[in-house]
Amino acid sequence: MSITILGIETSCDETSAAVLVDGVDLRSNIISSQIEIHKKFGGVVPEVASRKHLENVHPVIIEALEKADVTPGDLSAVAVTYGPGLVGALLVGVAAAKAMAYALDIPLIGVNHLEGHIAANFLAQPDLEFPLLCLVVSGGHSDLVYLPSRGEYRLLGRTRDDAAGEAFDKVARAMGLGYPGGPLIDKLAREGNPEAVQFPRAFLEEGSLDFSFSGLKSAVLNYLNRAAMLKEDINKADLAASFQRAVVEVLVEKTMMAVQRTGVKTIMMAGGVAANGGLRALLQERASAAGCRVVLPPLHLCTDNAAMIACAGYYKYLRGDFAPLTLNAVPALALGHDKY
Amino acid sequence: MYVLGIEAATPVAGVAVVEDGRILAERLVNNRRTHSVNLLPMIKAVIEEAGITARQIGAVAVSSGPGSFTGLRIGLTTAKTLAWIWQVPVVGVSTLEALALPLAPQGQIICPILNARKNEVYASVFRGSSGQAELLEGPLALGIQELVQILQQWEGQVTFLGDAVPEYKQQITDLMGDRAVFAPQSALLPRGAAVAELGYRKMAGGGGVPPLELAAEYIRLSEAEVKLAARCGK
Ligand SMILES: [Zn+2]
Repeated sequence: MSITILGIETSCDETSAAVLVDGVDLRSNIISSQIEIHKKFGGVVPEVASRKHLENVHPVIIEALEKADVTPGDLSAVAVTYGPGLVGALLVGVAAAKAMAYALDIPLIGVNHLEGHIAANFLAQPDLEFPLLCLVVSGGHSDLVYLPSRGEYRLLGRTRDDAAGEAFDKVARAMGLGYPGGPLIDKLAREGNPEAVQFPRAFLEEGSLDFSFSGLKSAVLNYLNRAAMLKEDINKADLAASFQRAVVEVLVEKTMMAVQRTGVKTIMMAGGVAANGGLRALLQERASAAGCRVVLPPLHLCTDNAAMIACAGYYKYLRGDFAPLTLNAVPALALGHDKY
Repeated sequence: MYVLGIEAATPVAGVAVVEDGRILAERLVNNRRTHSVNLLPMIKAVIEEAGITARQIGAVAVSSGPGSFTGLRIGLTTAKTLAWIWQVPVVGVSTLEALALPLAPQGQIICPILNARKNEVYASVFRGSSGQAELLEGPLALGIQELVQILQQWEGQVTFLGDAVPEYKQQITDLMGDRAVFAPQSALLPRGAAVAELGYRKMAGGGGVPPLELAAEYIRLSEAEVKLAARCGK
């Protein structure tokens, strides 16, 4: 009998639902993005996002089922993101998933959003051999995660302040590029000289795998302020390229340190910033020099989506790791420490 | 017809099952835990206690606002999802009307008030008439002084209830003197049973909508939208 999982994701500004059969057969992955709405506010507004999730969640679930040619009665389980994320946004998905699980009398599976991002890799390549390392980089996270075996997560390093994606967004806003910043800076950086402006790289104390991007962000803002005061023209492409290189170098350097420490042969990437061209190129280069391979989820599965939640849910289903109907949203949920 | 009533618009979680308007089972929890934890186990329990199966539910009534934004969303998402899977209609019920309903037979002015933060309350004004709460004004989000102004237009006593009473009782008494009376504790909290009863009545009157059509009655824009509107000079 096949295992059919409905995944639901509402942790930030995308309402998404997906149907996944047997862990690899992605039948649908509907994503309703609120990006146009949040653009006018210059970032995601939690209350606005939560309202939109309530409006969107049912149409998105229904579309996902219809596209997959599946009825609710065909589902084996419902998997939902219950953290980390915006609490009001998470609660909508969690309430919908719980009501479905109860009304259909099927298991409820609580998925950590980061676990979902990592699982996006298993959608395309279910046979990746453990141990694995994953660099998770998004608007909310910059984490280095070691996976000794399936379902086991050890956080080796994390950001101490801004996430990489957040730094991209803030710098893009300061440069007047718009929102979201990552893709805009990445595009601009391709035409610029990454050596043009020297920005600091925060490697923190010896041996640390943590990240810090707030100092870099401030350096860029100072650079912009100074240029504005002196009425100097800035080369935006050079600035974007130099800033991006500073972020990417630290990310890649620390990832390679983690490779050395764990002895893994395969590096996975996850999260929206994994789509960054500069990051992918440099990691690829450094990894092959070290005899490692780099695995990347398909680009459309890097940003928030429910297919990755369904995939993480599938492996939890196989383990019988189910959540009770008291499942709550946990905005600061730590990876590998389920709370239910 | 069995109607499931869900009330999650305030810190109180309330759930009930009624059969043709008669209460079969009800649960109310006011324990400060989030509705997200309480609500679904309560629904499951109340349906079992009513001695029916979930598939016998003919409609799902839910308190659709005004109230806490997050609470409303948990209640509405839950109600709409259940109704969608069960293939039955949903009925949106005013949180304020559900509060006023148990006092309706007294034939006087009833003014439920809910905490709306920012020194305001959500309020409606009802007149009790033969077991119903007839809406005279609202729902509004406003300050207490403004509310008292509005209440001037009707004569006689006004019964206040709702979770904003403890905070504003003194101020209301100062402004209205003995025209203001306050409901006892047991009538202060919104009840799942009232939502279910109103839901049943609306269903009997041809109400109820397909699950996807029901929206939350927030009354207020989000903070960010208010600021944006101000910035755009609208
Ligand atoms: Zn994400």
